[in-house]
Order: sequence, then structure tokens, then C-alpha cells
Amino acid sequence: MRFDVLVDVRLRGGIADPAGATIERALPALGYEGVTEVSVGKTVRFTIEAADVTEATTRAEDLCASFLTNPVIEDASVTVEAAG
Amino acid sequence: MATTVGVVIFPGTNCEMDAVSSVERLGGTGRLLWHADDDLGDVDAVIVPGGFAHGDYLRPGAIARFSPVMGAVARFAADGGPVVGICNGFQVLTEAGLLPGALQKNAGLKFLCQPTMLRVETTESVLTRRAEVGDQLSVPINHFEGNYTCDDETLARLRDEDRVVLRYLDNPNGSVDDIAGVCNEGRNVVGLMPHPERACDDLLGSVDGAVLLGSLLDAA
Repeated sequence: MRFDVLVDVRLRGGIADPAGATIERALPALGYEGVTEVSVGKTVRFTIEAADVTEATTRAEDLCASFLTNPVIEDASVTVEAAG
Repeated sequence: MATTVGVVIFPGTNCEMDAVSSVERLGGTGRLLWHADDDLGDVDAVIVPGGFAHGDYLRPGAIARFSPVMGAVARFAADGGPVVGICNGFQVLTEAGLLPGALQKNAGLKFLCQPTMLRVETTESVLTRRAEVGDQLSVPINHFEGNYTCDDETLARLRDEDRVVLRYLDNPNGSVDDIAGVCNEGRNVVGLMPHPERACDDLLGSVDGAVLLGSLLDAA
């Protein structure tokens, strides 16, 4: 079976996020008040061949830990669903 | 025989000839090492130079660390061989796990290309054995992701073990504890964001990088 995988990569708590901070500082000048906790990450999408959703998730999480994120500065959440 | 320094090239590396030129100016021999080769030959030291290895896609150094040459560099380092990563090379060495921490985007979100003043913090490393603690060196930086970061525990270890090799006098990029360069536990692997190979000739405005790369030749 094929599964669609969405990896949402975020900076870990406590790691400076200069891009998020810059966006947040700019928002009041654009008329957007009350927007806080802006953070900038990235998403990675791919499809993966696996016997079932458990195997797909395990493989995607392994790929995520070994390559798609740097655990020193980043966390990620992995969402897996059957490819439509 | 002249000391041979292997200079690693990935697709996208662009400082390799600066490194070779400065090594040869200091009396060594530079030898280019292609990233797809898993054998360093008989080099006496390795420089992983600056640039944009594999386009810096995903993260700087994230793809480069899987290049065959990095396995050979890791074995060379494990045997005590001197290895220096400069700028993108520093990023590659952190991604490869040969040095602790990571390099984040500069605090001001600007690409920085300017001379910086560095302070030598230890002479117990392959990059600083010719220097004195407290020496101030003018060496240029040229990076967007040079903001050194690590967790508190790692930072405490780096300090306790005297592994912060160089600090910025006027921190340009937000690096934790003004760190410009660190070394591994064996003190034979050093990474730094500034470019000593661009400070080995009067024409370039500084020759302060020579004490650093000269130290590497001594260590080889």
C-alpha cells in the first residue's frame, strides 16, 4: 500500500527563531494586532510504500529522525494516511 | 616532505581553492578530495571548506554528511587525524555528529560578509597550537547560518572541558556564549564559522588566519 506522509518540522522550544520573531515584529505595522507566538518551520510531504499504516509510520519517523530533522534544534510531527 | 592537507569538495563547495592556496602559502600541499570517494589517501590533515554543499537543501550539511567521503573523514578523525571544518564545513561536521551543537540562522536574519575580531580561548586544539590564549585575530565571516546553538548541558560541557576554541569579540550572529569555533573531545576536530583561509595574505587585509592554518600544519 502507499501512504501519504506529512512531516511538520518545528524549532524546538528554547531555540531562537529569528524568522518567526521578525514576522511577529512586522505584524503590527501591517495592522495585525494580537498575533503572538509566531514560529516558522517547514513541511515535507512524500509517499511511502509499506504493508500497513504502522510500518509506514515507523519508517517515516525513522527517516525523520535520521535525516529530515536535526534533533539538536528541531522537532517534528509525522502524519500518515492511506494515499487517495 | 611537505604536509599534505586534503580539502573535501561536495557539489556546491566554493572555498576549496582558497583553502588549497593558503595551505600552500604556508608550506603545505593541498589535495582535493571528491565527496563521492570514500578514501582520503595518505593525507596528513583534512579541511572541510566553505560553500553550499549539496545546495544547503533541507539544512546546511544535512545531505553532505551522507557523502561517502564523510565516512572516511570520520574514521580519520577517530584515529586522531586533524580535521578542520570552516563555515559550511563546520555545519557539515555538526550534522555528521563529529562536533556538538548546530548552526542556526543569524539572529538578524542577514547574510553577513565582514571582518570579525576573534579571541583565542584555548591553544589545546589542532587549530590554535601556534597561538596564545587571548590573541585577537581579524578573520572574515561569510554566512547566513552561523548562529551557534546547543543545549545548556552541552554548553556547560564545552566550557568545563575548555572546548570553546574561538569567541567573537563583538558577536555578529547571535551565537550562544559568543562561540565562533569549538573542538571535539579529542581536540583534533575543530569547526569554526570564520574563514582563516581568507586571512592569509596582506592583499586580503589580514594575515591573522595564518596562525590558525599554520597550527593545523603543525598538528598534521
